[in-house]
Amino acid sequence: MRELKILAVVVFFSLLTYYLVEPYAHSQMHKHVEGHNFVYTGEDDIQEASKEKKEVKEKFWSEVKTIAALKGDPAAGEAGFGMCMGCHNGAGVNMGGVIPPNLDHAGALYSKNYLIALIKDPAMASNVDHKYADTMTHPMGSVKTMFTDNQSIADVVAYLMTKKAGDVTPKEAYEEACGRCHAMRYAKLTQLGETPKFKHEKDALAYKIKVIDAQDAVKAYMGKLPPDLSIMIRARSEHFMETFVENPQSQLSGTSMPRTGLTEEGYAKVKAYLEEVGDPSKPKREAVGPWVLGFFFIFTILAYLWKQSQWRDLH
Amino acid sequence: MAHFDENAKPFSNKWLDERIGLNTLKRVLNTEYWIPKNINFLWAMGMVLAATFGILLVSGIMLLMYYKPDTNLAFDSVNYTIMSEVGYGWLWRHVHAVGASIVFLIIYIHMFTGIYYGSYKRGRELIWLSGMGLFVAFSAEAFSGYMLPWGQMSYWAGMVITNLFSLGSLDVTGLVEWIRGDYVPGDAYLTRFFMLHVMLIPLAIIGLIVLHFGTLRLPHVNNQESEEIDFEESAALWKAGKRKESKVIPFSPVFLSKDVFVMGVYFILFFYLVFYNFEFAMDPVNFDPADGLKTPTHIYPEWYFLWSYEILRPFSKDIGLIAFGVAQAAMFFLPFIDRSPNVAPAHKRGLFQIWFWVLLIDMITLTAMGKLPPTNPTFATIGLIAAVLFLAMGPILFIITMFEKKIEKGA
Repeated sequence: MRELKILAVVVFFSLLTYYLVEPYAHSQMHKHVEGHNFVYTGEDDIQEASKEKKEVKEKFWSEVKTIAALKGDPAAGEAGFGMCMGCHNGAGVNMGGVIPPNLDHAGALYSKNYLIALIKDPAMASNVDHKYADTMTHPMGSVKTMFTDNQSIADVVAYLMTKKAGDVTPKEAYEEACGRCHAMRYAKLTQLGETPKFKHEKDALAYKIKVIDAQDAVKAYMGKLPPDLSIMIRARSEHFMETFVENPQSQLSGTSMPRTGLTEEGYAKVKAYLEEVGDPSKPKREAVGPWVLGFFFIFTILAYLWKQSQWRDLH
Repeated sequence: MAHFDENAKPFSNKWLDERIGLNTLKRVLNTEYWIPKNINFLWAMGMVLAATFGILLVSGIMLLMYYKPDTNLAFDSVNYTIMSEVGYGWLWRHVHAVGASIVFLIIYIHMFTGIYYGSYKRGRELIWLSGMGLFVAFSAEAFSGYMLPWGQMSYWAGMVITNLFSLGSLDVTGLVEWIRGDYVPGDAYLTRFFMLHVMLIPLAIIGLIVLHFGTLRLPHVNNQESEEIDFEESAALWKAGKRKESKVIPFSPVFLSKDVFVMGVYFILFFYLVFYNFEFAMDPVNFDPADGLKTPTHIYPEWYFLWSYEILRPFSKDIGLIAFGVAQAAMFFLPFIDRSPNVAPAHKRGLFQIWFWVLLIDMITLTAMGKLPPTNPTFATIGLIAAVLFLAMGPILFIITMFEKKIEKGA
């Protein structure tokens, strides 16, 4: 039938145009980055390292592998963790540019390999060693003097993996992994956590100054204020987010953002929260969509019957 | 003074007929507005466009109630207030965004239909010209609307497009500043584009739609064979009940019944896009707030402007600007560039048929190259060739139609 042939031509050229300007153009515009399912073996770090650093990184990550094979003793690790508590106490006080993260769910959110690497050398583990001439000057650099033998690292990680795991909500996951540096104004979150309600404007303003101070400190340390993450979930593709969180250097070479070491499950939690805040209409879209489409299917069938009745005796 | 029946009930048919000529209106606009019978679904695109404009108008009014035209508030009023606080705000926004993008697909289909069947030729020149006026008005409406969420793409697209008014090496920066109301896009810029988007351009569009319909009434709609129909004779046949023999149908209800069916199919596609595939109409880059200190890696317009963007881009500054200007204006002159006396579908017009498909493929090529990074030499070369070809298409049409053989009547 002639109309169907014409329709086929129209559909063909429309889809061709769509393919060229959407999937194809985007595949050409963005750098291709391979993901590693949130497993941290330092493969990328070694590959992208400069010649003089390659060897150091290879040695570092092979040692991490050795420690990961050791059997850690959580009881011995608990004593070691006492040293961590000096900074990781949840007080929210800035130390050397950043607020030390709350470790309440560290075992549930971060990968074991990553935690080992982090305690061994924080700058190397988070792949921001390019920022420091000596990785000791990293805000957490002093940890290198606290855990000097491999067994003590294995113990404290074993402690984190067993005692600091437990259930974690998407919001907690976000706050612990991202919230110290990134604000999220659509959820009323700043670097200082959830903004309280104030009765008096004076108190609100005083709090605002505290927030600005905290942001200035992060800014001074990171070079720029990390972006607000309110609708980041819609501003970046899924693939970008995954590979970027796994290794920020892979997508944005030279960035001062450290790798956070989230596991696949940990990232899923963070992503769930980013989606809840940044794309709140998703569940509603999925609920309303079928009804609207159903309506127009019925509408179209009825319209077709009407058309048939009007055009029946025309030819 | 006319006669008014004192017994006519208020608002009854007779009462209205005496006051506003209801029966005449119905006759002229519906039951005796004759449309050729020999048409396909492409003839429904006009009503599909009218319906889409209606959807854009209604969704726009809904959004307007919460949108705040202020550089400090605009981004969050769209992305937070409308998207998460207003009931179904997200739905109106998605409908508005998808509608704004898809309306151009239908406009292009409508235009290529007109070119294919020669619906711009003798007697129908004003239909083409008013239609081109609508195309320009819709383009301005789309561009001004794109500024409003005040994201990165809004800001940088605004920067790039307003910069065109410096007219290349003439460096008329004063004109650019006058348009922006500032040295760079800022608050004055946003508020004036807001006015244009919600007031001046929609008014112009409504006026142009009325004109477009008006230009259609006397020459009548074209048909699939571009046959010259004796409308009076055919209308008489229809009125005598000879529905089979008549070559025409009334606009309402016969033509309308087909329009509504086509609209139904279209709305299924439309709402599928609204709910399940809207990313093409809502660029992720625009979900980053405007930042004058951070240029996005790739700046590109929405898909429907890509072909003209690619005519600007491959050339040096001044030549590109001239090429761009020529390309924008060229389409208006189509009825006068085409020298052939034949009013016939392209497949009966020899070389014109080849010209038509080359034009379509060239515009799709330009569209694709307009988005692909020009840093890739292959894409840059293809883009340059396609742009030169597009500019040559006008003179080529002039020559081939001059030598086009006249099709004998009844052949």
